[in-house]
Amino acid sequence: MALLELKKVTKVYQIGTVAVHALRGIDLTVEKNEYLSVMGPSGSGKSTLMNVIGCLDTPTSGTYILDGKTVHNDEKKAAENSTNGMLSDDDLAYVRNQKIGFVFQTFNLLPRITALHNVELPLIYAGFHKKERIEMAKEALRKVNLIDRMHHQPNELSGGQRQRVAIARALVNNPSIILADEPTGNLDSKTSQEIMQLLDELQAAGNTIVLVTHETDIANHAHRVVHFLDGLIASDEQTLKGKG
Amino acid sequence: MNIREVLTSSLDSIRQNKLRSFLTLLGVVIGVFSIIGVMTAINVLQSSVETNLNILGTNTFFIQKYPAVQIGGGHNWKYRNRKNLTYSDYLQLKDSFSGPATITAEDWHGGDPIKFKDNQTKNNVGIQGVTPEWEFSSGYFIQSGRMISRTDMEQMRNVAVIGQDVIDVLMPLYDPIGQTITIRGVKFSVIGTLERKGSIFGQSEDNVVIIPLTTHMKMFANRWSSLGYAIAVMDMSKFDDVRDEIVFHLRLIRNVPLTAENDFEIVSNSSLIDTFNQITGAIKIAALLISSIALLAAGIGIMNIMLVSVTERTREIGIRKSIGAKKRDIMNQFLFEAIFLTEIGAVIGIVLGIVVGNLLPVTMKVDGVFPLDWALIGIIVCSAIGIVFGTYPAVKAARLDPIEALRYE
Ligand SMILES: Nc1ncnc2c1ncn2[C@@H]1O[C@H](COP(=O)(O)OP(=O)(O)O)[C@@H](O)[C@H]1O
Ligand SMILES: [Mg+2]
Repeated sequence: MALLELKKVTKVYQIGTVAVHALRGIDLTVEKNEYLSVMGPSGSGKSTLMNVIGCLDTPTSGTYILDGKTVHNDEKKAAENSTNGMLSDDDLAYVRNQKIGFVFQTFNLLPRITALHNVELPLIYAGFHKKERIEMAKEALRKVNLIDRMHHQPNELSGGQRQRVAIARALVNNPSIILADEPTGNLDSKTSQEIMQLLDELQAAGNTIVLVTHETDIANHAHRVVHFLDGLIASDEQTLKGKG
Repeated sequence: MNIREVLTSSLDSIRQNKLRSFLTLLGVVIGVFSIIGVMTAINVLQSSVETNLNILGTNTFFIQKYPAVQIGGGHNWKYRNRKNLTYSDYLQLKDSFSGPATITAEDWHGGDPIKFKDNQTKNNVGIQGVTPEWEFSSGYFIQSGRMISRTDMEQMRNVAVIGQDVIDVLMPLYDPIGQTITIRGVKFSVIGTLERKGSIFGQSEDNVVIIPLTTHMKMFANRWSSLGYAIAVMDMSKFDDVRDEIVFHLRLIRNVPLTAENDFEIVSNSSLIDTFNQITGAIKIAALLISSIALLAAGIGIMNIMLVSVTERTREIGIRKSIGAKKRDIMNQFLFEAIFLTEIGAVIGIVLGIVVGNLLPVTMKVDGVFPLDWALIGIIVCSAIGIVFGTYPAVKAARLDPIEALRYE
């Protein structure tokens, strides 16, 4: 069974009388341990897709199944005339906490707390005890090679180091999937390569990764590339690495 | 998310915004401080009044023209229009009354310095004219010499019994008995001294000169002078009977019509305590009012600060939601922060209030008090304020859309 499955997913933003069709009917399946990159021009709907997959946003219509769990289902909703087709706010929060690891272009770390505490945060919401949390957070920081900086605050770290803290935070709860929306967008090319190497290692270790990027050489780290155009998937093919 | 996490995160955010938190706290501190300070001070007064009110001796009550304490103005004419309590009223009362009590008549004035040789007291000595029964109603004891006698009274002698403070100032090195002191140019011979009695409410009871009532009336009375009668009841179980009988006779003597109220005041320990409680009750209500207003303002201040905080931390809220915070988690975080803020204010206010309220007992040399009940009420009320005024901002934070919150600059 696929790790995630999108069928005819649409997303419409209503701004006053104007309807912005960000997604116009996306069919997409991602298997466990897949390494997928999403490319496409600005405004083509890549971030919207990531938000839907990451349960930060819900589709306007269509079906979304994550890890065997129906996150959104139009038909069910219509048939039973209830909210059964959709997860509640609390359920969505639970899914974000347990199954999703988000990595953002702007890192999105809390500024005034240490790297360790930032990595600990998802575990707090997961209900782990302090001792366990510290152990798990340290383990995640070890994976991204930042254990020696764990007591630093984000403003004492370089861009690349911040992104590695963010990746550790995404990893710490053993999510089903890591979603990285232009993770190298704010980094120079050398640092970008380091981050991509880290993502490669994580995928090799068994993680599933979906990556949004503008840059072809970044996209080519993945095994499969999906091209977006105007809210639709224009192409879906294996990279050299995928074929190889 | 457990309480400890919420507490640490609240503490962090309060620490990160020290000035703002401090200003917000100020309102709470003032509100709590005013109520705790007043309540502490009143409790102190109350306990000292209860211990000190043996001023009168529990078995003594007073009849006088004016009430001991007047609450509010405006009724003064009512008392002023009363006939004075006279010496003749007193004599008639003594004649007609035969119960188990002694009746003393006394008059009092201040403002005359007492002179002895080259020494002179300040003009704060209480000069009191009394009948011989004073010995039984006053609570004073003779140290040496004798009290005012009936003969002193009848012959209007210029004799005086003096208190320890007067001796200290005028003649510390002399045997006072037989010395001559001067009051308003008239010579008095000292016939006795009083044992030291100490002070009540910080005021010395020993700064007194006692002379015969008749002498006092001759020298110092004017048309406003009204005597006071002190009735010392020998058998406490007869206290009420004696009081009723005295009132009955005095009304007859003073021709008070049957339906009219007394044209004199009865002052006893219990009536003094009642009066005191009326006054403190009014002060308490005023303090409650002031602190309610302060706390209301503080509550609005807290809501305002929390709304600012929610806006400033929109991105943080987005981040927390993106990694799995539920609405309830965000709600709790901001609500607890508001409660925590008010509680810190409450604790500071309580400590300050108790310290300041207890300055009074230090100056009055009585025991301090800790108003536990009011401290608890303060804590509870502040929690309620934190909840009431923190809920709206907290709900607002919890309802933020994660994506929009993340995008917020
Ligand atoms: N919250 C929103 N409200 C209105 N329009 C939005 C919102 N989010 C995205 N859009 C619109 O949806 C389209 C797709 O946006 P997005 O997914 O962010 O594109 P990309 O990430 O590929 O640059 C754009 O036209 C954008 O303006
Ligand atoms: Mg985007």
